Amino acid sequence: MSGPNTNFDPKQVSALSAEAVDQMVAEAVAAIAAAGDLDELKAARLAHSGDRSPIALANREIGALPPAAKADAGKRVGQARAQVKKALEDREVVLIAERDEQVMRAEAVDVTLPANRRPLGGRHPLTTLMERMSDVFISMGYDIAEGPEAEAEWANFDALNVPPDHPARTMQDTFYVESPDSGVVLRTQTSPIQIRAMLDRELPIYVVAPGRVYRTDELDATHTPVFHQIEGLAVDEGLTMADLKGTLDHLATQMFGEGIVTRLRPSYFPFTEPSAEVDLECFVCEGASVGDPSRPCRTCGSEGWIEWGGCGMVNPRVLQAVGIDTEKYRGFAFGMGIERTLMFRNGVTDMRDMVEGDVRFTQAFGVDV
Amino acid sequence: MRISLSWIRELVDVPANATGRDVAARLISAGLEVESVENVGEGLSGPIIVGRVHEIEELTDFKKPIRWCQVDIGGDEPSGIICGARNFVEGDLVVVAPPGTTLPGDFTITARKTYDHVSNGMICSERELGLGEDHAGIIVLAEGTAAPGDDAAAVLGVGDEILDIAITPDRGYALSARGIGREVAIAYQIAFDDPVDRPEELPAPAQDRAPNACASDDLASCPLFTLRTITDFDPSAPTPQWMVNRLRDSGMRSVSLAVDITNYVMLELGQPLHAFDLDSLQGTVRVDRAQPGEVLETIDHVERKLGNDDLTIRDDRGPIGLAGTMGGADTEISDTTTNIALEAAFFEASIVARMGRRHRLSSEASRRFERGIDRTLAPVASARATELLIKLGGGRYQGMTAVEAPMDTRVITMAASHPEAVAGMPIDAERVVSTLESVGCAVTSNIDAHGNQLSVEPPAWRPDLTDPADLVEEVVRLVGYENLPSTLPTAPAGHGRTWAQRVRRRVGAVLAARGMTEVLTYPFVSQTEHDALRWNDDDPRRDVPRLANPLSDEQPLLRGSLLPGLIAAAQRNVGRGTTDLSIFELGSIFRGSVSATESVRPGVHARPSDQEWDALQDLLPQQPMHIAALWTGAGEPRGWWGTGRTTQWTDAIEALLVIAESAGIDPDRITVEPGSDPGFHPGRQARVLVDGTRIGHAGEIHPGVLENAGLPARSCAMEADLDAITALGVDARPAPVFSTHPVAKEDIALVVSADVSADRVAASIRQGAGELLEDVTLFDVYEGDQVPDGHKSLAFALRFRAPDRTLEAEELAGVRVAIVEQCASDLGARLR
Ligand SMILES: [Zn+2]
Repeated sequence: MSGPNTNFDPKQVSALSAEAVDQMVAEAVAAIAAAGDLDELKAARLAHSGDRSPIALANREIGALPPAAKADAGKRVGQARAQVKKALEDREVVLIAERDEQVMRAEAVDVTLPANRRPLGGRHPLTTLMERMSDVFISMGYDIAEGPEAEAEWANFDALNVPPDHPARTMQDTFYVESPDSGVVLRTQTSPIQIRAMLDRELPIYVVAPGRVYRTDELDATHTPVFHQIEGLAVDEGLTMADLKGTLDHLATQMFGEGIVTRLRPSYFPFTEPSAEVDLECFVCEGASVGDPSRPCRTCGSEGWIEWGGCGMVNPRVLQAVGIDTEKYRGFAFGMGIERTLMFRNGVTDMRDMVEGDVRFTQAFGVDV
Repeated sequence: MRISLSWIRELVDVPANATGRDVAARLISAGLEVESVENVGEGLSGPIIVGRVHEIEELTDFKKPIRWCQVDIGGDEPSGIICGARNFVEGDLVVVAPPGTTLPGDFTITARKTYDHVSNGMICSERELGLGEDHAGIIVLAEGTAAPGDDAAAVLGVGDEILDIAITPDRGYALSARGIGREVAIAYQIAFDDPVDRPEELPAPAQDRAPNACASDDLASCPLFTLRTITDFDPSAPTPQWMVNRLRDSGMRSVSLAVDITNYVMLELGQPLHAFDLDSLQGTVRVDRAQPGEVLETIDHVERKLGNDDLTIRDDRGPIGLAGTMGGADTEISDTTTNIALEAAFFEASIVARMGRRHRLSSEASRRFERGIDRTLAPVASARATELLIKLGGGRYQGMTAVEAPMDTRVITMAASHPEAVAGMPIDAERVVSTLESVGCAVTSNIDAHGNQLSVEPPAWRPDLTDPADLVEEVVRLVGYENLPSTLPTAPAGHGRTWAQRVRRRVGAVLAARGMTEVLTYPFVSQTEHDALRWNDDDPRRDVPRLANPLSDEQPLLRGSLLPGLIAAAQRNVGRGTTDLSIFELGSIFRGSVSATESVRPGVHARPSDQEWDALQDLLPQQPMHIAALWTGAGEPRGWWGTGRTTQWTDAIEALLVIAESAGIDPDRITVEPGSDPGFHPGRQARVLVDGTRIGHAGEIHPGVLENAGLPARSCAMEADLDAITALGVDARPAPVFSTHPVAKEDIALVVSADVSADRVAASIRQGAGELLEDVTLFDVYEGDQVPDGHKSLAFALRFRAPDRTLEAEELAGVRVAIVEQCASDLGARLR
């Protein structure tokens, strides 16, 4: 080491010679390139750019040089240091990337392992189907009306133009609460909700009423004593059967897709006059199974049509029972079975699946039908 | 109503190439619900031959008696045929399926050795030929019907088509060939010759015996009663095969000529008839209400206890028949009856319907009276039946007695434009008039300043036509519903779902998203199920309505809780191998009883008064909407990740809290406290309150309940009143106010007596900490080393924050001291 104030010819300080500096750089770059991982790079950094590295030592020598030589040597050494630093940085980027890649490779998992630790549950398809159908009507401006399941016999029958001895009362065998004379029944249809809506609401009325209803049928593959219906009612000035048909057509399209064909067929219900059954053309065979035993259709029983529900113009006697002016207002009403709709829309073949509460049934539908 | 196409063709000139399906399609479009079209003898191919049984050899060496018969089927030699039936004798005419013929069910007859003989064919029953359900024995044809060797298919009407038509209650007239024929004629727009208009061919009364007298003592219920007397009838005369075939095709069995004729005329014209054994009658046959306490044995051999609501046919001894429903056994015609009294009457629909309901009795006659028959038909139908009795059974007509009240005329006034306005498609006045006339109405048109007013008098066979709306239906159905255009009305702007409807939908979706599955169970329960849940005798959930006519006497009650249904559903799932369950149900429950006597019945001709409507509402039981859930086994399943997690009481409470929060209830309004439901584990159940109002309970089901139900140990449940939650819930929630200054976190562990609830410790912490405490979370409960016996250590993570500044260490230290002091003074807690 030289004293600071001694004058030296830079050419005589071998450590600062151009050759020596190039040699240092070459050694450093070689060592850096040879570093196989970050630890080796750390060692190379210490050896070739640390405080005791040849370049650092050479740098210190600059101060001892005469002023004329300082600038030249300083420039040389500075370039050398920059070269080494660059080599270190480049190598570090490469080695970090290599290390990261290795770590992530080591952390790889079998992504096909089952991921269902908290499986989705399910809402009952009857519930979601009722909501789905209600949504169609809400979009048309209808409100959802409700009523109790244990209902006044007056609302379930009398006000709907089913007098006490009418055969219609035996058509749908009724559960009576406490006694046959109590005046309380388990509603046999969602139609008493019509009566409530007409008594409670301002005209015009556009409501849809999904709900649970009861009839004294034993449970089997096609009957259940407890089932669901959705009822629609519109009471307004100038309503027509064509409006009823259009409304049902819209619902059918929303539920079964464009191109579904509906048919109204004359029928009888005490609370509507004229009355009709609503049929859907079978969307599976489109009628091709009729009279052709070679291609039977399970969905429509080879009838070509599927009975969907009942409908009609509200019988003026019903309007009268709730005090609506029949000269001014007309109504239409319709109702369909939710179980039935689910059966042919989603291919449920046994009614019991819907009522037994076997979770495998509901889970298959998830949270919407 | 089942009717053969050949019968329809006899009444209506249907195009020759029209098939049963073609006719059915026309009828369906006109509003008759044709359920099926069947072929008589569907599946039968190859000849069937009339045979005469020459000789019967009884074979007795077999397990059952067998006959070896020699049957003349028109060939040179009789055919030997083995037969197991016994309802025939030598000389009878039978129906033989020879080898090569295939019977319905794809059964081809072959000559084969059986019972030690080679049987050359088969002697057939109705059912074997696919003609009907009768399989009591083989078919025996009446003498003279056909000769051996004749084609039996023609004799039996094979190949005819049968339309099975479901008749709606308003179309009673269609329960007859006459009514169906008229609809077919209208559908094909061809003339209809009403069989009622046929000239009567009744001989003059023989006058060697006075006709039996009759009377109606209740003209309101029976405004028309007729009785014809026929003597010297031959009870052994056979029913002609064509009539047997028609009865069979309409689903009725041939019984005897006299009974067959009454049934045949009923099917033909729609008028029920009843034949009495004249010699068993005593005095005038009259119609009147029964005396309370009277008893009648009907022909089905059931003793019927009668009351004043029963309309009876009576003679001097008392009741001999239930009017329009069923005759009495004592006066029934028998196979020796030679003198007949033939009743034809009109009974009011509602009284027959009531009797049918009271006696749980429905007959071909009552089905027709209940729907309303043609008020003028009785004498015509009874003349027709009498003609047949005389023609086919050789009787002598002795005359008719009758009583009749004057008949009201019905005239309906309707604007000719009304059908068009209701239908929403053009239907001109001419079309309206012609359509109404085609169904039998008499129409007059009055054109004045208000337009064209029609006066319409419906025919006697259409008692259902009373209002303009009924006429509209007739017009529109015959113009064709298929011609209706499809238009949409414009509803006023709607309101969307109500708050309660949104809460229900949201709660269902939230629970399903948390892995729960919705079930819908029947609401029928028993006290036994309540007992199984260990409810006390005075538990309000036992106070539920009872059904008067439950499907099963085991479950006569309506549910007062959703839990029994969920337990049954869980049992079913567990029984089917699904032991890890989390199910829920959303539905009405029923509370309170219904008085059996306080019936309120407002009228139907005007809106009920508010008092009447309120009185109706008061009749009804309470029906709040509940939500309940049940868990068994693992809530988080076992898997490659580990052993899964068994659901426990906390899951049940959590679900209830989630439901409340889904309804917009802030957690700080909710209190959880120990519960006391006897159906739950006494130490592992909670009551949940919102603002002090109880909304539900949750926890582990009582081990005894689970054991009896066969459900896994530790199963849990929850039930809540969703109506209460909805009422307490908040629709539009206010936005929160929160500080953006830094949070300071502190943990604190406190040792308290084991019986001090975590909730109370947290409350003391909050009180001691004051406003700066943002959140307190219990993260550890510890009992054991370093904690004295009878004590536990509760560790809480606390978060502090000031609204306006960064909290300093000294300030926090002070708060910490205040918390410890508060807990010490409130609960005797000390810092661990
Ligand atoms: Zn089909």
